[in-house]
Amino acid sequence: MSDPAAARFAAGDPVRTRAFDPDWHTRLPAYARGRTGRIVEVTGSWPVADDVARRHERPRVEPVYTVAFAARDLWGEGDHEVTLDLWQSYLEPAEEHLS
Amino acid sequence: MSGTHTGNPVAARVRRLEERLVAAGQVTDAELDAVLTSVLDGASPLNGARIVARAWSDAGFRERLLADANAALPEVGLSMAGGLQEQRLKVVANTPERHNVLVCTLCSCYPVALLGPSPSWYKSEAYRSRVVREPRAVLAEFGLDIPDGREITVWDSSAESRYMVLPQRPPGTEELTEDRLAELVTREGLIGTAAL
Repeated sequence: MSDPAAARFAAGDPVRTRAFDPDWHTRLPAYARGRTGRIVEVTGSWPVADDVARRHERPRVEPVYTVAFAARDLWGEGDHEVTLDLWQSYLEPAEEHLS
Repeated sequence: MSGTHTGNPVAARVRRLEERLVAAGQVTDAELDAVLTSVLDGASPLNGARIVARAWSDAGFRERLLADANAALPEVGLSMAGGLQEQRLKVVANTPERHNVLVCTLCSCYPVALLGPSPSWYKSEAYRSRVVREPRAVLAEFGLDIPDGREITVWDSSAESRYMVLPQRPPGTEELTEDRLAELVTREGLIGTAAL
């Protein structure tokens, strides 16, 4: 394993998930790709599941964040929220226009 | 794992995989049994119920549990270290304003040590695909009506954290001992598909 990547986000930050559809195993569910949410907390640093599944000898180790999404940002409707634990490389900064 | 298996196709596939690993000299049946025994030994929803009863009885424990569950569990003689590696546990508390419910949409991640083996519906595609999209309707089908004013958070276990719900303490239980309080808590309450 390589050294953990530095944390790029903090609680409260708006983030957007990457809209990628890789050939390999990933832990970014399809329903949450290309969506905007907000960081709830950093859960720790863990080997990136995508690298582990591909048997990389030195999987990237990255912060994993709990990210909360408003249902209407995922499904276009609903008044609940859904939280997901996502590796840092799944995320990019988002503009402040969350619903 | 040696011994009997059900006719379940997944169990049959798992057994074929085990047999190939054993035949290749990668592992023995005894080693597989030892791992499963250590993971499942003592794994029961009674563990989760004991944690809830302590949190209801001891405000300090409740605070420590919600802040860092892994650090608080040893206070009730439990830990998340029974598997191959210690898992992170996050306990989420129901309140009059918010109800929490757990799912794993990608597979069936679940805190086995605290809740025992997961119920079959937790692993069903129907539950996994629907509860993230329409939790109020799904919970109503479980007989749990969430008032309109109470918000719902669905916790989708997608990485290394496991989750457990801390239900609200029911009124009229002030005189009950911790053991009696624990008897009120069910596995469904710890998943969030029941009030208790």
